[in-house]
Amino acid sequence: MRNLFNRQNLVALLGIVLLYAVIQGLIVFDIMPPFYKLTLILICIYIILSTSLNLINGITGQFSIGHAGFMAVGAYISAIVTAIHHGPLLLGLLAGAIAAALAGLVVGLPTLRLNGDYLAIATLGFGEIVRIVFLNTEYVGGAAGFTLSSKITWTWAFVLMVLSVILMKNFVSSTHGRACISIRENEIAAESMGVNTTKYKVIAFTMGAFFAGLAGGIYANYMYIIQPMTFSFLKSFDILVMVVLGGLGSMTGGIVGAIVMTLASALLASVPEWRLVITAVLLIAMMLFRPTGILGTKEFSLSFLGKKGDKNATSKN
Amino acid sequence: MGSSITQQIFQQIVNGLSLGSIYALIALGYTMVYGIIKLINFAHGDIMMVGAYAGWYAITVLHLSFLPALLFAMVACALLGVVIERIAYKPLRNASRIAALITAIGVSLFLEYGGMLLVTAQVRTYPPVFPETMYSFHGVIFKYGDIVMLLTSTILMVLLHITVQYTKMGKAMRAVSFDKDAALLMGINTNNIISFTFAIGSALAAAAGVLMGVYFNTIDPLMGIIPGLKAFVAAVLGGIGIIPGAMVGGLMLGLIESIVSGLGASTWRDAVAFLILILVLIVKPSGLFGKNVREKV
Repeated sequence: MRNLFNRQNLVALLGIVLLYAVIQGLIVFDIMPPFYKLTLILICIYIILSTSLNLINGITGQFSIGHAGFMAVGAYISAIVTAIHHGPLLLGLLAGAIAAALAGLVVGLPTLRLNGDYLAIATLGFGEIVRIVFLNTEYVGGAAGFTLSSKITWTWAFVLMVLSVILMKNFVSSTHGRACISIRENEIAAESMGVNTTKYKVIAFTMGAFFAGLAGGIYANYMYIIQPMTFSFLKSFDILVMVVLGGLGSMTGGIVGAIVMTLASALLASVPEWRLVITAVLLIAMMLFRPTGILGTKEFSLSFLGKKGDKNATSKN
Repeated sequence: MGSSITQQIFQQIVNGLSLGSIYALIALGYTMVYGIIKLINFAHGDIMMVGAYAGWYAITVLHLSFLPALLFAMVACALLGVVIERIAYKPLRNASRIAALITAIGVSLFLEYGGMLLVTAQVRTYPPVFPETMYSFHGVIFKYGDIVMLLTSTILMVLLHITVQYTKMGKAMRAVSFDKDAALLMGINTNNIISFTFAIGSALAAAAGVLMGVYFNTIDPLMGIIPGLKAFVAAVLGGIGIIPGAMVGGLMLGLIESIVSGLGASTWRDAVAFLILILVLIVKPSGLFGKNVREKV
């Protein structure tokens, strides 16, 4: 608490406010074309998604490939609150996130006993089940989708993204976060040191699901329409690619990955048939030549601005 | 009335076995690759898709009949499988499991969308290879295609069984899957054996692809995704890494699916398959035929 307002945090805060103000200015004065605005808001959404998946896959060392399932839960629940019951936006987003967290808890409790590949497949199965359930529910439009009005502005997306990232970053640097990292490094050793591995795996999983639900809610309330096909496991793979590209286990890496991939798909929007081929080649090449991703488990930080004692401990393990 | 219900049940069993034999053929490739290098080859369903296209090409462009087309597709995919293994998976053999899994996802995307670039996303119709003859046995209808499908897959499975159990190559495969390092010390060329496994698995997937094209009449570049996932469910159901498990798992999954469809809930069919997957994973992750292996520290 004593150094909450140190130089490092103040510079970071200043940077965030400046970034927000510049883009908000560009939007208010109508300088920014709508396509750029869409890309910026998508970047915010994908940053939340990739950092939350990183919490599960990178920090805790589990392997979930059903993240789109939680996103779908958040999207549909928030859409039901805001569009059908005309609830306030914040309430809708929160309801979506909490519903996704509950889904995460229900899925996580039994399946987190599984390891590696089996967990991956179980989460994949879960994601597909969620999609099929929404596909068969006429209340939310079935296969045709669910239309709603667009309420999310750049301010909403940016503020929610910054809050989510700060919350997750602080979780990772806390005692609980260290426990999660110890599970990644060696589960058996962590267990014998008295870490309740199941508890921490479930906490990380539920938290990841919460933020995925939040991102889903933002997506639904921005995009005018949500369809079950949007949340197919291709979406889960997209998010996974971002995390892996940025560096599994690096929170800032996840952010870099989300920005790079969203910009790349925006640039390739004119040649959609090439987009996924390029993604695939990138993914294979990355795994062959630099399997740790752009940042590895290192964090990009402003610690060079601070004094001694501010050294970022999470980057070294 | 009573007899018509029994007829219905038997009809669904026939449909289920036809569908299940396709799942079984794909599941065999999954399970063999997993058994030997502990990799979930996500691209396997897409190799099946390539097989379906190879068969389509052989039939419509080269004007081959069913059996030569089947062989053509199998050989083409066996080569493809070996090339994929050499380029994408072999350099990662000592890397983390997650890196290999992500590479497999990458290969899968590459085949799907690279295939889309090559042959366009347009759905293609399989030419009718078999006569539309139907045989009725006490009111249960067997299509000509059903019979060919069951026969082809049974023959392939018997051939596989003989290869794995009674040939030198099969013995080496079993040795590598049991303990790779020890097999290497015994003078087995593990790289060749792994390539051989990929070749066989991919050839079986290609056969499944051709059968699928013949059975459902249409093929498209994304056709491999869902059958691939379901075949994986089948492999897990039977116990991944165990060859008879994949056969039984595939047939069981086909039966369950056609029973769910028969009950009028066909839109829920896929959900049921995945629910089974999660239940199997929770209750008995080693599958029906699996043994529990104690974790060593």
